[in-house]
Amino acid sequence: MNEEEGGAPAGVTRRTAIGGTVAVGSALLLLDAERVEATVQSSPPPRAGATLAIRPIVNGRAAPVTIDPRTSLLDLLRERLGLTGAKKGCDHGQCGACTVHVDGRRVASCLTLAAKTDGREVTTIEGLAEGDALHPMQQAFIDHDALQCGYCTPGQIMAAVACVREGNATDRPTIREYMSGNICRCGAYAGIVAAIEDVAKKGRRV
Amino acid sequence: MRSFGYTRPDSAQAAVAAFAAAGEGARYIAGGTTLYDLMKLDIERPAHLIDVTAIRGLDAIETGGDRLRFGALAPMSEVATNRTVLRDYPVLAESLAKAASQQLRNMATVGGNLFQRTRCLYFRNGAGGTSAGTTYPCNKREPGSGCAAIGGLDRGQAVLGQSASCTAVSPGDWPIALVALDAYVEILGAAGTRSLPVAELYRLPGNTPHLEFTLAPDEIVTAIVVPKTRAGRRSAYHKIRDRESYAFALASAAVALDMDNDTVRQARIALGGVATRPWRATAAEAALAGQRLTPDTAAAAGRAALTGAVPGRHNGFKIDLAQRTVADALLIAAKRTTA
Ligand SMILES: Cc1cc2nc3c(=O)[nH]c(=O)nc-3n(C[C@H](O)[C@H](O)[C@H](O)COP(=O)(O)OP(=O)(O)OC[C@H]3O[C@@H](n4cnc5c(N)ncnc54)[C@H](O)[C@@H]3O)c2cc1C
Ligand code: FES
Ligand code: FES
Repeated sequence: MNEEEGGAPAGVTRRTAIGGTVAVGSALLLLDAERVEATVQSSPPPRAGATLAIRPIVNGRAAPVTIDPRTSLLDLLRERLGLTGAKKGCDHGQCGACTVHVDGRRVASCLTLAAKTDGREVTTIEGLAEGDALHPMQQAFIDHDALQCGYCTPGQIMAAVACVREGNATDRPTIREYMSGNICRCGAYAGIVAAIEDVAKKGRRV
Repeated sequence: MRSFGYTRPDSAQAAVAAFAAAGEGARYIAGGTTLYDLMKLDIERPAHLIDVTAIRGLDAIETGGDRLRFGALAPMSEVATNRTVLRDYPVLAESLAKAASQQLRNMATVGGNLFQRTRCLYFRNGAGGTSAGTTYPCNKREPGSGCAAIGGLDRGQAVLGQSASCTAVSPGDWPIALVALDAYVEILGAAGTRSLPVAELYRLPGNTPHLEFTLAPDEIVTAIVVPKTRAGRRSAYHKIRDRESYAFALASAAVALDMDNDTVRQARIALGGVATRPWRATAAEAALAGQRLTPDTAAAAGRAALTGAVPGRHNGFKIDLAQRTVADALLIAAKRTTA
């Protein structure tokens, strides 16, 4: 997706959008009014070019925002909400670098329309640690040297946490199968599998 | 990506009404893992998206009675791990579990899966792609422009069902398993409801490879129904890929066996990865009926399944591969107990 169609409303540059999280909160009242209007006029559907007001809960906090319907969840997080942990590797669902959780399930945020997250819980790598205490999976990635350049790591960790929660971290072959959606260009796979196995074995709450 | 209007109705009727109201360029979207992907490549260009995922009750999985019924919005990951499906219809569970990744299976619906589009590299080379600069001709993407795959890099292309206009493979795994089990879909459209065998959803490319499905644009699949069969427990989905996981099939086989000790009463066999539409291998089924299942009869069934296959330049290996895939699938399924 190029910059022009990247979802920021006209006049908002990428830089101001990234710093714009605070402004988003104060626009809450106005946006809620727009939402009601949007529901009432649901037939005929809004025309191409109409913006959309949505209110996802991102890392536990409501993040009301008006978007171009083309916006992916990944671009919303990175370019509007300043959450740059989730990475854009392929933008086509093929690499897993953009993995986040929506209502507790792991998804590829690049292929998720941001519009779909209205009212839903989105958790990103930024929402995993509790204050200064790293999440056990984050710690395990450090302990097992499960990264080199680190680009795939936020996606790997979000996928890994889901893998354990789903009960798919029972043994190495199963971990490998259920982590196959996350590509690591540096080839840190041995450490990644070991980190997940470690967390799963120790029965740590994830 | 072109801009579009977006609406998310909460009933199937409202979705059909919204489709009519939206007019030209309206499309339904479910998980979006096919449609949104292709919109980014400027291959799909809807003017309105009618998001069906807020429709209530359309994600139910029902396993009671004489059929399995999957609401069209059930996520692939849920159907793949349903206990009854896992135990009684491994072919269905495996066709889903061996597709895509867990992230995508959480997003993608079993209804949308039926209408995924080919992964042919020439088709996916749309104007919005990173390699744009050269956009290759493709009759499926731009009718009448030609087919660069024919005589080109055709390693992944079909050996069954292709035409002089198109050799693109029908990529899905789940539809192969459904076709083997004689599944059908329940459909809602402006004209009311109807049902249709999954096998009849797909067209051969012929001279019109851009027309892939028989569903009318305004119709919604509301459910996928699989009649129960005792062959279900002796079933398997065997998928051969370039890597062990997270890849489309080079060749795959969905099989289900109704056996009397060693003897095959009835075999159901469908092929994926090698044909331009989900491919039921009736000749192979006939070859096995009444036969003892042995490595030899399984191999013969594999050969019968590829009757009429025509290789291109680089994909001749798929014929041998698919024959062996069918044979192995039969032997795997036969070992599964019905108890
Ligand atoms: C990286 C990657 C790897 C993949 N690997 C595999 C694989 O190995 N095997 C495999 O089988 N698949 C694979 N897929 C494809 C994936 O399974 C499909 O994209 C997915 O199942 C489509 O479902 P969806 O709900 O996301 O559909 P959408 O993208 O929302 O819709 C697809 C099409 O179906 C139509 N549609 C959706 N729902 C309905 C409905 N209820 N009624 C009528 N029309 C409807 C839409 O209008 C659209 O035309 C892969 C995809 C990606 C991106
Ligand atoms: S950026 Fe989303 S899967 Fe690669
Ligand atoms: S650590 Fe570099 S891509 Fe995985």
